[in-house]
Amino acid sequence: MSNAVSALGNVSYNGFAQISEIGPIGMISLRAKPDVKGLDKAIKAAVGTKVPAARQMEGAQERFAGWMSPDEYLLVMPYADTGAAMAAIDKALKGQHYLAAVVSDARAVFRVTGEKADQVLAKLSPVDFANLGAQELRRTRAAQVAAAFWRDDSGYTLVCFRSVATYMMGLLSHSAMTGSEL
Amino acid sequence: MSTRLSKGGRLIDRSKVQNFTFNGTAMRGYQGDTLAAALLANDQMLVGRSFKYHRPRGIVGSGPEEPNALVNLGRAGRSEPNQRATTTELFDGLECASQNHWPSLNYDVGVINNTLARFLPGGFYYKTFMYPRAAWKHLFEPIIRASAGLGKPPQEPDADRYEQAYAFCDVLIIGGGIAGLQAALIAGTAGLRVILLEQNAHWGGRAPVDGDVVDGMPAAEWVAKALQDLDKMTNVTLRNRCTGAGVYDHGYVLADEKVADHTPGDGRPKHRLWRIRAGQILTATGAIERPLSFAGNDIPGVMLAASTRDFVVNFAVSPGDRTVIVTNNDDAYRTAIALHEAGLSVPCIVDARSTVTGDLPLRAKALGLRIATGMGIAKVSGGKRVTKVALCMQAGEGAVIEEIACEAVAMSGGWSPVVHLWSHCGGKLTWDTTHAHFRPDATRPPTGADGAAMVVALGAANGAMTAADAMVDAANGTQLALKALGFDAKPKIVSSAAPVQEAEMEPVWIMPYGAGVKLKSKMWLDYQNDVKVSDVQLAAREGYSSVEHTKRYTTLGMATDQGKLSNINGLAILADARNAEIPQVGTTTFRPPYTPVTLGALAGESRGEIFQPLRMTPMHAWHQTQGAYFEPVGLWRRPYTFPRGGETHAQSVAREVNNTRNALGLLDASTLGKIIVKGPDAGRFLDMLYTGVMSSLPIGKCRYGLMCSEQGFLSDDGVVARIDDETWLCHTTSGGADRIHAWMEDWLQCEWWDWQVYTANITEQLAQVAVVGPNARKLLEKMGGMDVSKETLPFMQWADGTLGGFAVRVYRISFSGELSYEIAVAASEGAAFWAALHAAGAELGAMPYGTEALHIMRAEKGFIMIGDETDGTIIPQDLNLGWAISKKKADFLGKRGQERTYLASEDRWKLAGFETLDGSVIPDGSYILAPGLNANGQGNTQGRVTSTYFSPTLGRGIAMGLIKGGLARMGDVVDFNTLSGAPIKAKVVDPVFYDKDGEKQNV
Amino acid sequence: MLILECPYCGVKACETELSPGYEAHLKRFGPGSTDAEFEDYMFARKNPKGVHFERWRHTYGCGKWFLAARDTNTLEVFGTYPAQSSAPPEDLQAKIKAKRPDWKGYK
Ligand SMILES: [Zn+2]
Repeated sequence: MSNAVSALGNVSYNGFAQISEIGPIGMISLRAKPDVKGLDKAIKAAVGTKVPAARQMEGAQERFAGWMSPDEYLLVMPYADTGAAMAAIDKALKGQHYLAAVVSDARAVFRVTGEKADQVLAKLSPVDFANLGAQELRRTRAAQVAAAFWRDDSGYTLVCFRSVATYMMGLLSHSAMTGSEL
Repeated sequence: MSTRLSKGGRLIDRSKVQNFTFNGTAMRGYQGDTLAAALLANDQMLVGRSFKYHRPRGIVGSGPEEPNALVNLGRAGRSEPNQRATTTELFDGLECASQNHWPSLNYDVGVINNTLARFLPGGFYYKTFMYPRAAWKHLFEPIIRASAGLGKPPQEPDADRYEQAYAFCDVLIIGGGIAGLQAALIAGTAGLRVILLEQNAHWGGRAPVDGDVVDGMPAAEWVAKALQDLDKMTNVTLRNRCTGAGVYDHGYVLADEKVADHTPGDGRPKHRLWRIRAGQILTATGAIERPLSFAGNDIPGVMLAASTRDFVVNFAVSPGDRTVIVTNNDDAYRTAIALHEAGLSVPCIVDARSTVTGDLPLRAKALGLRIATGMGIAKVSGGKRVTKVALCMQAGEGAVIEEIACEAVAMSGGWSPVVHLWSHCGGKLTWDTTHAHFRPDATRPPTGADGAAMVVALGAANGAMTAADAMVDAANGTQLALKALGFDAKPKIVSSAAPVQEAEMEPVWIMPYGAGVKLKSKMWLDYQNDVKVSDVQLAAREGYSSVEHTKRYTTLGMATDQGKLSNINGLAILADARNAEIPQVGTTTFRPPYTPVTLGALAGESRGEIFQPLRMTPMHAWHQTQGAYFEPVGLWRRPYTFPRGGETHAQSVAREVNNTRNALGLLDASTLGKIIVKGPDAGRFLDMLYTGVMSSLPIGKCRYGLMCSEQGFLSDDGVVARIDDETWLCHTTSGGADRIHAWMEDWLQCEWWDWQVYTANITEQLAQVAVVGPNARKLLEKMGGMDVSKETLPFMQWADGTLGGFAVRVYRISFSGELSYEIAVAASEGAAFWAALHAAGAELGAMPYGTEALHIMRAEKGFIMIGDETDGTIIPQDLNLGWAISKKKADFLGKRGQERTYLASEDRWKLAGFETLDGSVIPDGSYILAPGLNANGQGNTQGRVTSTYFSPTLGRGIAMGLIKGGLARMGDVVDFNTLSGAPIKAKVVDPVFYDKDGEKQNV
Repeated sequence: MLILECPYCGVKACETELSPGYEAHLKRFGPGSTDAEFEDYMFARKNPKGVHFERWRHTYGCGKWFLAARDTNTLEVFGTYPAQSSAPPEDLQAKIKAKRPDWKGYK
């Protein structure tokens, strides 16, 4: 899609941690109960992972499946892949009660990297980072808006609503200002 | 005079001179000084004036309890009023000024209040508020306003930035004295996650000043070693300059870190507010010394004994060559000894007790110091500083026995544990007769989420008043906390302090005991608010026997120090006046914060650009470049209008309406709520949610629907599209998407959880553009890609396709009465699609229009707007929307509510249109007048305006409103009131003002 | 600032991540109900000093509604459980009864 742009055009900020807005990234919201027949196949076909357990994020690199609630999963993939993934999900879950919707464009995605990346988020979210699981997908708030994040070796990937991308960038930059390390 | 001693000062670095100014006078201090220490070192004894009588005020304490030494710090964007000099770290370039005086600190006209003191007794404010009212308004208030008041609020925006942070731990220890360090060592060694907070820049609390010995070494040495050990523990976080400000429910604690108060402008946040969740909270907050109540105890130079010691030992500051000590306990002898060891004179230690036996008095005696037992101070002489004291028998009425010349008086009335944090969340207190103070009652602690104790007080804060006792208490208390967390191991290392035998103190609330009213009216309890012993006694005489009432009547303890010094003394006076015991009188409630937290810290990052989340559509940047004037719609910012050249908003709005009606208008409708509802029970669910029937909507078609609350009141409206057999797309109002999505989930999760329905709020997935006007179809045909003809895509239908290469969903719906398409496109492509429409539409007269033009066009068509025609008390029937309510359905949300007699009444005000006779615009909020008066003597009303605009299309004012009788009143002329004068006459008309037959939208 | 554990995702959520939903275990009265029934359903809410059952939504988390039993006076939380419950779980009721012998039951 030549016209697709991320919310902030991939801006970045360097403080004691590095903030960059990335994307657009493909995302599908899949609502189904874990025991629905074909769910494992649908997720496997869409992003190549198993069905994530509660609060877990399965996958690596560009393809993930995250547990959002007892009947909701977030599937993450390259932006251009959502069409094929939707088709695969529809095929695998045909006849079952489910809802799949592309939400790539409803989201803004940020990377927060650096040794002290967790400190940036600890200023915004009531989350105990010392007890955050290595594969945990944590849904919470960042200051006044909803956010979800998970960590990897170099930092965190944070997802929020697209309309508040500017606000989120402001929050993250403010929190990452050099000299304000915790 | 007060001065700097030639040697000593454990906290100062004499190699680092810090220059500062006080009221414009250049002064010098050292790194490590507090501002109070530096002021005293420069002989600045007088630092302010009291609130009511403008009496000269000097430094009394050395910490957060200080009531007097409040200064205005800094200037311009860094100007801060009411900063306590005793807790302000000195830095090079500091500027400060005293407060509450005019024209100068030395010559203050407000001091006239002092001579009027007998007219301004306790309860003065209260009485003048009550009667006579005119006297308050015209006489007292202007005088008080002109002369009273502490600091002045800063006039410029704060130049600094602030932030907040969340932290979690097993054990939070508040207070970095020896008790707190003991606790941290025990909990840290046990492997728990520990956070230790200290309000000062330095650690160790009183023990190093008091010469205590811990584990055989001087306290300062032990403190340094403890810090080293704690530093090595990765599970322990130490944070100084961080005050535990408040304890709240479920182990939640606010702490205020002064990150850069002492390094202004270095780019770091000034303060950081910590939001801490702790498993157990240990308060090792120490104790605060109490003043003694004797005549003239407010004259500059009268200080707390331990604070005097702090200034000598920590900062090498002498309060004066000769200091008289006055006490009722052994601890003050440490001050006498410290002064003596610093080479200063202690002419006399006045001890109210008849005998002294403790280790410390013996040492003082051995040093040759004079001790006058059974004696008290009859009176302190001096104006702006102490010149002499007169001694009397404590048991007597104040006959002067002897006068002693001196520059300073160091007083000690005993110690009160800092129980604030214990009390914040419900911890109860018990009266300790030995020390004459309230201390935490361990049997009635604050409780947490599990119903068990969540706070343990340690050391002096728990009433363990000697170093030796405090260390034992800290170890025991920490073990208790560890046990509560599931660790039952005996502490591995426990340090102990060498005991010093101290004799019992003797409560002394008035000095001398038999003082008459003349002396008592010179005995200050609350220095800042000018509350005296005589005021509290007056309050008691006038019937204010409850401590909370007395507090408000006299303003005792209501100053910025919140009664840290005056509380117990005031209670004791009140108890005595009531002939009651102190515990019976009780104590006032301690509320957070312990010391003031600045608004900047409370706001944290929420300032300026990120004050609140502003929601922006994908086209927002385009709107900005076009000079759009934005208005808030919920948290969204939507273009209100796009003024061109020198247009006023009214002009640009009129142009936008006319252009849309005559050519082509483009509206960014991305904020419209869009919710997918899918599942085998989706139709049934929507039939419950909407007042109409949605299950029967054919695939490919759209239907307008209303949603009501269970009370029957209209809450949202929008167009629903049937996507496939099991899927509907519900459009909500711009402000309503999240609310309606939550409403749906509430019913699905909590009431009909066996129904098979899923929802997804995809509002932000799609950008949406309304293409409106006679040229709308031409534009889409020019874009090309799908058939948008009347035949293929008639009114109230939708179709998927492409336009100009963009994948779109096109809805034939109209909110303006014109030929109109609403086109949804992926948000990531929204800006590009919007630009493409403008490029292609230029030759068709395309112009963007904003929300005001949108509102006017819908009002011209008589379409209601949620939030204008509705206010939470309006049912659809009031708005003539009965046609959108199914009569066949057995149930829907709001149906039962609407059946209530009041809502079914024919007397309800109902929607109609209004045309003013003179063509003017009815003001917003106008009521329709009715004859007669109501029960309150106000004019009767029979309706009100709900939407009122100047219609560019009709060239006149139009309005919708609610009127008793509704459309049955058609043709009546009614009066709308105005604020400015005569009512406006308007005729009741059909609310559809434009294209009544809907021919324009149906082409 | 309460902490309530969401029974769905197990997060010990801070009050700022939750939205309150007031009294739990209400029975809906729709068309056909008497005025008294409807009034009771719509307006009559318990406001006890002591044991109370409430609805909470994990708004900033999994988005699910759950129910909580807590003491409105001491703020002790006895337990949380899914919203899809027409009565508090038996073991929770037993636990509350043990801690608050005077408790009269949830109805
Ligand atoms: Zn949850």
